[in-house]
Amino acid sequence: MAKISLASVKHSYVPKPLGPQDWALKQLDLEWSNGGAYALLGPSGCGKTTLLNIISGLVRPSQGKVLFDDVDLTQRPTEERQIAQVFQFPVVYDTMTVWENLAFPLRNRGLRAAEIEQKVKAIAHMLELDAMLPKRAAGLTADGKQKISLGRGLVRSDVNVIMFDEPLTVIDPHLKWQLRSKLKELHQRTRRTMIYVTHDQTEALTFAEKVVVMHEGSVVQIGSPVELFERPRHTFVGHFIGSPGMNILPCEVENGVVLFAGQRVQVENPPTGSLAGRRTEIGVRPEFVSLGQGIPVSIVKVSDAGRYRVVEARHADYRIKLLVEEGVAVPASNASVRFDPGHTRLYADGRLLE
Amino acid sequence: MDGKTQNQMAWLFVLPVVVLVAFNAIIPLMAVVNYSVQETFGNNMFFFEGVKWFEQVLNSDRFHASLGRQLVFSGTILAIEVPLGVAIALAMPRRGAWVSVCLVLMALPLLIPWNVVGAMWNIFALPDIGMLGRLLNDLGFNYNYTQQPLSAWATLIAMDVWHWTSLVVLLAYAGLSAIPDAYYQAAKIDGASSWAVFRYIQLPKMKRVLTIAVLLRLMDSFNIHTEPFVLTGGGPGNATTLLSIDLVKIALGQFDLGPAAAMSIIYFLIILLLSWIFYAVMTRDEEA
Repeated sequence: MAKISLASVKHSYVPKPLGPQDWALKQLDLEWSNGGAYALLGPSGCGKTTLLNIISGLVRPSQGKVLFDDVDLTQRPTEERQIAQVFQFPVVYDTMTVWENLAFPLRNRGLRAAEIEQKVKAIAHMLELDAMLPKRAAGLTADGKQKISLGRGLVRSDVNVIMFDEPLTVIDPHLKWQLRSKLKELHQRTRRTMIYVTHDQTEALTFAEKVVVMHEGSVVQIGSPVELFERPRHTFVGHFIGSPGMNILPCEVENGVVLFAGQRVQVENPPTGSLAGRRTEIGVRPEFVSLGQGIPVSIVKVSDAGRYRVVEARHADYRIKLLVEEGVAVPASNASVRFDPGHTRLYADGRLLE
Repeated sequence: MDGKTQNQMAWLFVLPVVVLVAFNAIIPLMAVVNYSVQETFGNNMFFFEGVKWFEQVLNSDRFHASLGRQLVFSGTILAIEVPLGVAIALAMPRRGAWVSVCLVLMALPLLIPWNVVGAMWNIFALPDIGMLGRLLNDLGFNYNYTQQPLSAWATLIAMDVWHWTSLVVLLAYAGLSAIPDAYYQAAKIDGASSWAVFRYIQLPKMKRVLTIAVLLRLMDSFNIHTEPFVLTGGGPGNATTLLSIDLVKIALGQFDLGPAAAMSIIYFLIILLLSWIFYAVMTRDEEA
């Protein structure tokens, strides 16, 4: 068990990176505290897997250091880092039985037979693989195989961190829930550091205590699910998390006053200095937009999402989404919307003004 | 029924291939079956003999001897070519510019015709002027493939290994290339030794292509004719008289069409049986 830190880590798969587009990871400083349950969230291609492989040592970063409990392990091989990693597609050793698969990492580390037997049994029981133990692993279904992959990571007690790289991609939806709660349960029982990579916000928000959101090779925000929802520090986070995502509307700032399409908008973080030459936007979640005196809009579409309706409105060329509770009438014409000043924020060049 | 489903035109389209297969496989095979149960004294006169030739071949010491030689030969080349091919495939680079270079080098021997390989080695191994033969003799080995059975065998095996190991290499390499990186990464994380990686990842993943490699080499080596024919014509004595050499001697040397035909059929059935047993054993686990 250890605290894992990344210090000024950068990585490029190109031998001589020229522009920012050549960097898969741009300047990362991160700390994973011991025993945390983290989710690494971001769209495909944002560098999540690269970051994971740098921690596990499968990839050496172009620059920067990887520290385990302040010991520099950047150049040390995977075997010396005591990490477990579960991949997107199940990896099983076809010729072995389920039992042998689970015992494999322990046997390689020279544990005593009795200890192996006891650990394999415990982990198989937890993953509900007991009945499968004597069977050949090759004959299992995709989710059975992925359970074995998970099991090989979980069976070891010496690991510093267990990393999951979108491990539930191949699993049926109803089993996803089960396995995810298993992982959560396991984390609570063992308090081992876990990093869960996903591009699915539901997965990230239900699993993690802390979510690390990545975008184009950078970390844009680290926070609890509530923080990410309530106070996105980057327009990307606002847009990516939440369904529907945050409204991001271009605005102008004149003498400390925020103007959206010529109308004054009150924000939670009014500008203090000059923002000349910067791209300014306001961000407000559909949850905090309501019908009422304010910006005149025309209603484009209303879709029923069960307990509430998602209303898509338009002001000039800008689309604004808002949530309207059941029973509240949506006017067909002459509608206008207002933004909740406590949850409307000003962003400059994509970043929250603080 | 409407007109369309009654249309029998489709038969017309398969006719060319039926004719082709009939002429290049079925008719010759049936001719052999026909000869195998008859006696002929020329002049196109035939007498029905039943299974006499089959009994004669199966009880002949000469057939037993060439079958024995054949089994030793095929067993030996398989025992060398398969492990060697796998070892070379493992040593080949997995990515980069050298991949194509290696693949082309490996494919070269496969492009050379059998009789050319035979002729090349024949000259290469001549004890007086051949590079290999002269070198071996100068090093103190008593090497002469036209006189010593052991020299002839060694040359024949070296020739086959040189010619055909590449096939195993290419197939094994294809099998290795198909293994996703995640397997190697998982093995690293599980702390597997390189032997364990070979034993539990690479070998099982290569099983299918290796099955094909062994089958091809087994069938092909059982049919080997040109190389021993070019090297010594089956000698010295009968030392390298493998099944096909023997068969050709009986059929074209002695003109014993009946026994030769019976032997052909037995020969064919042996290859079929060996291949079937091997294939059944290799694929047995996959059903379970």
